[in-house]
Amino acid sequence: MCATVAVDPLAGFLPHSQLPALLHALHETGYRCIGPQARDGAIVFDELQDTADLPWGLIDVQEPGRYRLTEATSRRAFAWANGPQAIKPWVFQAHEPQWTAQRNAQGHIRFEAVHVAPQATAILGVRACDLAALQIQDCHFAGSRERDAAYLARRDHLLLIGIHCARSADTCFCVSTGDGPAIDRGADLILGEIDEGLIVSACSTAARRIFRLLPLERVRPEQWAMLRQEVTNNAGSQRRALPSQDLRNLLYAKLDSPHWSTIAERCLSCGNCTAVCPTCFCHQETDTSTLNGEWVTHAREWDSCFSDQHAHLAGLEIRSEVHLRYRQWLLHKLGTWHEQYGRSGCVGCGRCITWCPVGIDLTEEISAFSSEETST
Amino acid sequence: MSRSVPREVQVIERIAETATVFTLRVRFTDSRICRAYAFHPGQFNMLYLHGAGEIPISIVSDPEDEFALDHTIRAVGRVSQALAQVQPGDRLGLRGPFGRGWPLTQAIGNDVVILTGGLGCAPAVSAIHFIANRRAQYGHLNIIQGVRHADDMIWQARYKAWAQLPDTEVLLAADEAGTHWSGYLGHVTDLIENARFDPKNTIAMICGPELMMHNGVIELLKSGVPDDAIYLSIERNMHCAKGHCGHCQLGPHFVCRDGPVFNYADIRPWFAKAGI
Repeated sequence: MCATVAVDPLAGFLPHSQLPALLHALHETGYRCIGPQARDGAIVFDELQDTADLPWGLIDVQEPGRYRLTEATSRRAFAWANGPQAIKPWVFQAHEPQWTAQRNAQGHIRFEAVHVAPQATAILGVRACDLAALQIQDCHFAGSRERDAAYLARRDHLLLIGIHCARSADTCFCVSTGDGPAIDRGADLILGEIDEGLIVSACSTAARRIFRLLPLERVRPEQWAMLRQEVTNNAGSQRRALPSQDLRNLLYAKLDSPHWSTIAERCLSCGNCTAVCPTCFCHQETDTSTLNGEWVTHAREWDSCFSDQHAHLAGLEIRSEVHLRYRQWLLHKLGTWHEQYGRSGCVGCGRCITWCPVGIDLTEEISAFSSEETST
Repeated sequence: MSRSVPREVQVIERIAETATVFTLRVRFTDSRICRAYAFHPGQFNMLYLHGAGEIPISIVSDPEDEFALDHTIRAVGRVSQALAQVQPGDRLGLRGPFGRGWPLTQAIGNDVVILTGGLGCAPAVSAIHFIANRRAQYGHLNIIQGVRHADDMIWQARYKAWAQLPDTEVLLAADEAGTHWSGYLGHVTDLIENARFDPKNTIAMICGPELMMHNGVIELLKSGVPDDAIYLSIERNMHCAKGHCGHCQLGPHFVCRDGPVFNYADIRPWFAKAGI
């Protein structure tokens, strides 16, 4: 991902009025389409039946601990920056049965794996930060010796329709993590939105099939210029930043800093940050039994390192205090993640800042650790 | 071998070791799985009790015992307390084996120090069996085990038998002695100075509470054993055992996948650090 839009000579222009043709083409080629919609005061991703359901003319106003949708000056479908969900729930589900166990009257137990039935799914309006997050999740769930079957079944059937960000929320800092606001990889189709419509590029074989079905016009040079200008301006507009893409040295030197406790005085340990984070992968495994005890479903569901049970050992609580849980989260996200997956676990989407009920801002906390370093 | 979905095992025997510690001998009900299953000393299984859940338990039996797999468990948590109630004939689920075990190939030709505390002796037992069965391949063997109270010392008969092996030292310690305690009274790590090993040609394997392991590492380093010749078996919360669920992280390491046995040099920045 990068800060500027690359011109694609093969791209076509799709006027906003022709957007239903994209949805139609997806349905024609066998995809269900997941797309952004305004619901309960936020942008959420759900099955999109009609392009009229897109969040036309809406933008999001975000700041630490606050998210509001409001009317934009232009009538675009993708003027908002992001919502609480990334595309994580569409590949790594919040609740996912793993296997079932049935015990018969003789006490014999039969175990059966629960298989995911793959469904061709197109996701419309994926941001650069969320594509970067998906690549990170790919490394975790599909890149190791233990490849996760459910994740792979969904991932292999995804068609990703990305969109360059022409506007950032106040909480965005993807430029500093190197993950946006423009898309240069990871998507099948890439869209760039200007007032009149969308510049469409196809980047995969599957995407070219869709592309050919669209009533595209030639992209005029001034349309490219406008898109490039908007995205470049957007990149320059971000006010938040992490000081480096590799903060290991800083964090590893700060394990015993008193600043963790000052964060813990504000942190509610609610786990909102981990729930909205597009890269957080922690999950717990639980059993649900039928009343007669015959059938058990063993499922995984999202968990958070802010839970007191996360590092629980019988007879030993590894992280009983909140400052240790916050430290675990930040140390992992911005530090040890490098050793695990060769990069930081943060893509600069800013969700953890917006959705933190007390507005803890990790970029500010990193600044605090940095200035602590220079002052001592 | 299925690592994602449990296979059915039957409890062959339940051995009460102490009031709260018990050993379950289990065997796969499908003979094909029984034949295909192989583990390395120091690895663990996920044992599943119907309706209660899964927990990671290290395998204590001899890898060459094709009849059954032994798991020694302390009834201390929700699932382990429920497992304490199972009886011979009962069926359980088992996934595994998981993780990296003890460096038994690397230890060939070296003196060996096996230092354990409390139920930390369990993950080391299969390593002791392994060495005992190949006694000539290894140098001097030191088996050092400590418990908080003398009554917690399980497997006294085994320690007696191991003490009879050629070129083998068994040193036992208890922080608190009962009547008839003939071993050392004090911290198990004090016994390192009584052990016989050539520090430059020694592999140390440690398992027990982290503070005890930490003290053991300090004593071994003091005696001249290099940091990369010391191996530790680490305990953390585990749900998936496949390096996915995130609970078992120790700094950058996933204990279930990269451990549970680690080279001390690899985990030094993270080991015995509060909250890591």
